[in-house]
Amino acid sequence: MCAMKREEAEALIQEVLEVYPEKARKDRAKHLAVSDPNVEQAKKCIVSNRKSVPGVMTIRGCAYAGSKGVVWGPIKDMVHISHGPVGCGQYSRAGRRNYYTGHTGINAFGTMNFTSDFQEKDIVFGGDKKLEKLIDEIQTLFPLHKGISIQSECPVGLIGDDIESVSKKKAKELDKPVVPLRCEGFRGVSQSLGHHIANDAIRDWVLPNRDDDASFESTPYDVALTGDYNIGGDAWASRILLEEMGLRVVAQWSGDGTISELELAPKAKVNLLHCYRSMNYLARHMEEKYGIPWMEYNFFGPTKIAESLRKIAALFDEKIQEGAERVIARYTPEMNAIIEKYRPRLEGKKVMLYVGGLRPRHVVGAYEDLGMEVVGAGYEFAHNDDYDRTIKDLGEGTLLYDDVTGYELEEFVKRVRPDLVGSGIKEKYIFQKMGIPFRQMHSWDYSGPYHGYDGFAIFARDMDMTLNNPCWDKLQAPWKKAAEATKAA
Amino acid sequence: MPSVMINKTEAGGLTLYVPKKDLEEMIVSMEHEGPDRWGGELTLADGSRYYLEPMDAAPRLPITLRVKRL
Repeated sequence: MCAMKREEAEALIQEVLEVYPEKARKDRAKHLAVSDPNVEQAKKCIVSNRKSVPGVMTIRGCAYAGSKGVVWGPIKDMVHISHGPVGCGQYSRAGRRNYYTGHTGINAFGTMNFTSDFQEKDIVFGGDKKLEKLIDEIQTLFPLHKGISIQSECPVGLIGDDIESVSKKKAKELDKPVVPLRCEGFRGVSQSLGHHIANDAIRDWVLPNRDDDASFESTPYDVALTGDYNIGGDAWASRILLEEMGLRVVAQWSGDGTISELELAPKAKVNLLHCYRSMNYLARHMEEKYGIPWMEYNFFGPTKIAESLRKIAALFDEKIQEGAERVIARYTPEMNAIIEKYRPRLEGKKVMLYVGGLRPRHVVGAYEDLGMEVVGAGYEFAHNDDYDRTIKDLGEGTLLYDDVTGYELEEFVKRVRPDLVGSGIKEKYIFQKMGIPFRQMHSWDYSGPYHGYDGFAIFARDMDMTLNNPCWDKLQAPWKKAAEATKAA
Repeated sequence: MPSVMINKTEAGGLTLYVPKKDLEEMIVSMEHEGPDRWGGELTLADGSRYYLEPMDAAPRLPITLRVKRL
């Protein structure tokens, strides 16, 4: 393999850092590192979850994005009000492709945008009255909604509106949960705080709702599927595997989820956690309050799926363990055929990733199954514990970059020249114009699902489709190519 | 007085998690570990020390408590 040597990678980091003024250079140097599997704790080599340096192009989102966009948005039978000016809700509307079943506008509201559309007078006189009116209108127009969440945008926090009191009043009037979220965008350093705020709101406003209600008939095989947002149908591809091995999924958090499923999760026997970053707070809380153990799993690529299925099954009895083996045995021939087909076309290719919560570490296994190698990985908003988990999965000499700036990522890619870059829409066209194949790893580039065995088939096809696309050697105009050829001759 | 969560690891050790600081560390020593007295001075793997008001019995873990930084 042609991964960079440690010294080379370190030299590259130094070179990239050179253009910064001294103070910024010192600050950014802490966020860039070369992975070393022998390091036990990531905080010894990389600093994360810090405020971005002013003036750089960061790729991070805001607390509102973490709360409304990630955690609450996919809950389909609730109305999520973007409380504040119109833009935040409009530009994030339906962008994450959290698939759901239901009739939009009747009993599901996932792709709709509800906003209080703040005007100057609302900033001056406060928006609480408008919020009350808005909730009344929602009740009239969409009587089948099961609850409302109020997602604050920046001005709400700045002018000091009391959305909690409105929530309490309206919840009583409607007899439905109304959840206020203090997820103003200026809070925290990234969307990560938005996840935490959203988790805390679920803990305080939703989870205790059925504490005294024992009418739910549970079985010993009940699990909650948490931290899966059903992007392109991911949660569905995961859920069928769990059901096939004999488990009963009582709650999906929060992709294709409902408020009732949120309330049911404390009745499950185990919390299965896919995205650790955005839901670990709740998993920890439920472990303490309800005594439900939680477990992280990884459903990317056959190797990791088999590993995870066995790990999940080990928490249950022999019937489930047998079920897990049955599922693995059933899909193995199918997966072998896929690997056989695509591996020769992808073998030895290098990938650089820069994504969010769990993917830079979780997809490593899937790439390895295809014979590809991850030579650089970084997170937008990870914390130390994410890097602790990441360095175990990465090889020696892999570049690690936390909250990478636009300039740094471009320079790294120019120098490392990976065969594929996986990041988001903001990065996509820069790298495609540089002639490097690119996949959006947030939204699966409008494809998906990538989770589960079914997802791996699509993942492998997509990677091949992108990497071996005939367009990449047509980027130079034919006459320029000819001129170069004569010069060389 | 940060609010922290104390938990047991798979291997049987104790960890201390400080949500505000996003710090999760192994507890390397605890003053009172007996069944009839639990708590006291804690030392973490990174060397930082905390004081936990001793309790009369070992609680069910995980548990959220307030501790004092030393």
